[in-house]
Amino acid sequence: MSKRVIVDPITRIEGHLRIEVVVNDDNIVEEAYASSTLWRGLEVIAKGRDPRNVPLLMQRICGVCTYSHYLKSTMAMEDALGIKIPYNAELVRSLMDQALFLHDHIVHFYHLHALDWVDIVSALSADPVKASELAFKYTDFPIATGTDDFARVIDTVGKFAKHPQGLGPFANAYWGHSTYRLTPEQNLIALSHYLKALEMQRIVAQMQAIFGGKNPHPQSLVVGGVTCVMDMLDPARMGEFMVKFKKLADFVNNAYYADVLMAAEMYKTEPSVMKPMGVKNFMAFESMMLGRKDYLFDSGIIMNGDLTKTFDVDISKITEEATHSWYADDEALHPYDGKTNPNHTGFVDGESIGPDGNVVHTKNIDPEGKYSWIKSPRYDGHPMEVGPLASTLVSYVKGNKRVVKIVNDFLEKAGVPAAALFSTLGRTAGRMLQAKLIADHGLTAFNNLIENIKSGDTDTCVPYVIDKDKEYKGVGIGDVPRGMLSHWVRIKNGVVENYQAVVPSTWNAGPMDAKGQRGPYEGDLMGLKIADITQPLEIIRIIHSYDPCIACAVHVMDTKGNKISEYKVDPLYDGACST
Amino acid sequence: MLAESKDATYDSLQKAFEQRVEQLKRLPAMENKDKSIEEAIEEAGFSRRDFMKWSASITAMLSLPATFTPLVAEAVKVADRLPIIWLHMAECTGCSEALLRSANPSIDSLIFDYISLEYHETLMAASGWQAEQNLENAMHKYKGRYILMVEGGIPTGNEGSYLTIGGHGKKGKDIALDTSKDAAAIFAIGTCSSFGGVQAAAPNPTGAVALSEITNRPVINVPGCPPSEKNIVGTLLHYLLYGTLPALDAYNRPKWAYRLRIHDLCERRGHFDAGEFVEQFGDQGAKDGFCLYKVGCKGPYTFNNCSKQKFNQGTSWPIQAGFGCMGCSEPNFWDTMGTVNEPLKDRLYHTVFGGLGADATADKIGIGILTATAVGIAAHAAISAVKPPKE
Repeated sequence: MSKRVIVDPITRIEGHLRIEVVVNDDNIVEEAYASSTLWRGLEVIAKGRDPRNVPLLMQRICGVCTYSHYLKSTMAMEDALGIKIPYNAELVRSLMDQALFLHDHIVHFYHLHALDWVDIVSALSADPVKASELAFKYTDFPIATGTDDFARVIDTVGKFAKHPQGLGPFANAYWGHSTYRLTPEQNLIALSHYLKALEMQRIVAQMQAIFGGKNPHPQSLVVGGVTCVMDMLDPARMGEFMVKFKKLADFVNNAYYADVLMAAEMYKTEPSVMKPMGVKNFMAFESMMLGRKDYLFDSGIIMNGDLTKTFDVDISKITEEATHSWYADDEALHPYDGKTNPNHTGFVDGESIGPDGNVVHTKNIDPEGKYSWIKSPRYDGHPMEVGPLASTLVSYVKGNKRVVKIVNDFLEKAGVPAAALFSTLGRTAGRMLQAKLIADHGLTAFNNLIENIKSGDTDTCVPYVIDKDKEYKGVGIGDVPRGMLSHWVRIKNGVVENYQAVVPSTWNAGPMDAKGQRGPYEGDLMGLKIADITQPLEIIRIIHSYDPCIACAVHVMDTKGNKISEYKVDPLYDGACST
Repeated sequence: MLAESKDATYDSLQKAFEQRVEQLKRLPAMENKDKSIEEAIEEAGFSRRDFMKWSASITAMLSLPATFTPLVAEAVKVADRLPIIWLHMAECTGCSEALLRSANPSIDSLIFDYISLEYHETLMAASGWQAEQNLENAMHKYKGRYILMVEGGIPTGNEGSYLTIGGHGKKGKDIALDTSKDAAAIFAIGTCSSFGGVQAAAPNPTGAVALSEITNRPVINVPGCPPSEKNIVGTLLHYLLYGTLPALDAYNRPKWAYRLRIHDLCERRGHFDAGEFVEQFGDQGAKDGFCLYKVGCKGPYTFNNCSKQKFNQGTSWPIQAGFGCMGCSEPNFWDTMGTVNEPLKDRLYHTVFGGLGADATADKIGIGILTATAVGIAAHAAISAVKPPKE
């Protein structure tokens, strides 16, 4: 008899997410649903506001990938107003972007995702001497893996972990689960890095604050450039950035890289982690400027896991629908032609497996009806995965020299074929590889900035005028830490007439479409075998591997596209917006 | 005379604190704490001297005389008696992230870690039923003793259905209400839980409101988008010391943090007084660090201690980065602070003219307060007009 399992809240993510699956007698997932349970409606709020205010407002979509929305929203305004910002400003923005990516990936791996791979309780039984020696297997220069470091880690964390009941943030997790694969010594290495990473993320946040004024939610971008000219022209300030960057690069290379390599070694035989993805289509967009016409990551599309070719991204092929989303219109192909008022039908009364394995009464997803605040975006009718893995794969297949080298090195060291990247482990590795690419090449942008300032160019901002009698439209697009993000704006009467953000987690977390096609989250869970349905660690590990950012994902109101110049934004307010 | 009465006040205050700390000491320690927070601090590599220095800085931040430092240190040591429940409502997790920025091995965060974080969705290991159990256990076990910290606005539109959490689909507002009933103290962390925040900006599609609007328990607001970690920890300490709510302003913000305007202690204040302004971002004035009033700084209307505390361990703050204050710790600042890069008078939207622009407003009402010569006086006049304490 099939059983229903609800995981709500999914913790260690941004936002509010529910996962619900139905398993058969063998505990294999036969149905899977992802539901976002919060709606905030920020695009609605953007309407009627001064275009210069909106990037700051959009930044408040998410405080984890803080800056992503600020940057893309500012770029959308600049695209609309026909502004070309100074080269210095582009590079400063890129440096802030590097800090964001490094911060985001490190925090994700260690503080949000690591506990799915690392058993803290097991770590406490490790032999510190053995662990210290083992660390050299994965890197020549290990970090925080001395026996003294380990002794402190065991002592600090031991106090929490020894008490199974209601004690601190490590309480009541799935310790001892059968799919934890690391040895006690390996667990200890990773746990030490969990604590070390708390310090590193603070430093990388400072890196961004050097140019951003603060973090989270930096405040130094304006339409037309950046405001932090004093910091940019201050050699001590620049030096501060460089030193912190190098510290972070060292951590990425000798802790993050080493830990993922270690995880790959042990988990490459764990079925729940190596299970093929449900969706093997990937999409990414050019990002991370290093110099003039030089970007670290490429644009492109990979279909059906075919690593022999890529396709160009044609934004006009993006559509969205709300068949299973809590919005009023059901039109599968042309939702923009109808009203998109929120229409919360909620959950239905039902039963599922409770924490003790007994059947309990719960509020369940109705798979026939609507069940999420997230819509279902499609590219030419296909579900797509976006994110660091997509970005890395696209650049890899396109022969991006920097990327090819790093990916091949990793595959060789891990002893897996490229096809192994189409898995939960691959997604986690792809994120790390993206961080390593930034660690290895990010300073190119820094050096180019120095060279440009040295040449006498100190411009950081260009003036512009918003003509109230004119209408403008524009888009800001590129990959952010969680994948491809685009912000779309129309300006009329000097204020924002329509606004839309198409965000990464929407692509990954969206519900089924009208054809019954599942998105990446749901697709990945299908066919998954769960060892113990009262402790669904396998589900959480898969979902976390996407680095969910659900506050982002629910912002999409609508999108359309036959041509890039033809789109409609936010039909909730019936904004005629196709020109 | 004055000095004497001040001393007397401090004496009685000190006695009250001592009593309070004694009271707290008599509370049983939480079960997982088999060493004092002081020991934990030392084990993390900080000397007693580091700890006292930190206590002294907190003492100064709370506007208490230096003689209170040992008491503050005492209070910190008993802080591990207080379990924390941190709820996420309609939010962006920025406030949690801000807290993370103070993380290991800074003393601030160590203390925070040591205060038992019983429920915090971003950081806790447990998910699903197990996460819910942690919340229920904490509410039951520490009834009347836990501190509730809430991040995010409370959606009340459509009967609160814009946020549900857990297998039973419980509404966010009901969870917030239930947890607030038996909390020892309630802190609204960030502008969203303090005042509704960004999702409550017009037209507020989800009916988001401040935490204080759904509970009749007193709520201490610690606004900011996000607030600095120092303000969060300081508010907690204040509670420990006084055993009661701190002195609050009209918006229930602790006065020790939100008493002064950004403008009052601004590092660019000299340029304001000298009439030296950035006219346009990127101009010579911007390179010289002139005042940002004319490019939209809301520092004169904003009450917070950013100019003193800064962010990210003192790395910077928006005005240092050449961007004016946006007024993020003020109620409804998204709607009331006008255009971010223009002085307040130039607001573009939600004006009587239907958002048709600054020129119309300035011309027809004639409140153009910015003139080349009288800017200082006018700005200060504007402050009193714009920033009255709530009725």
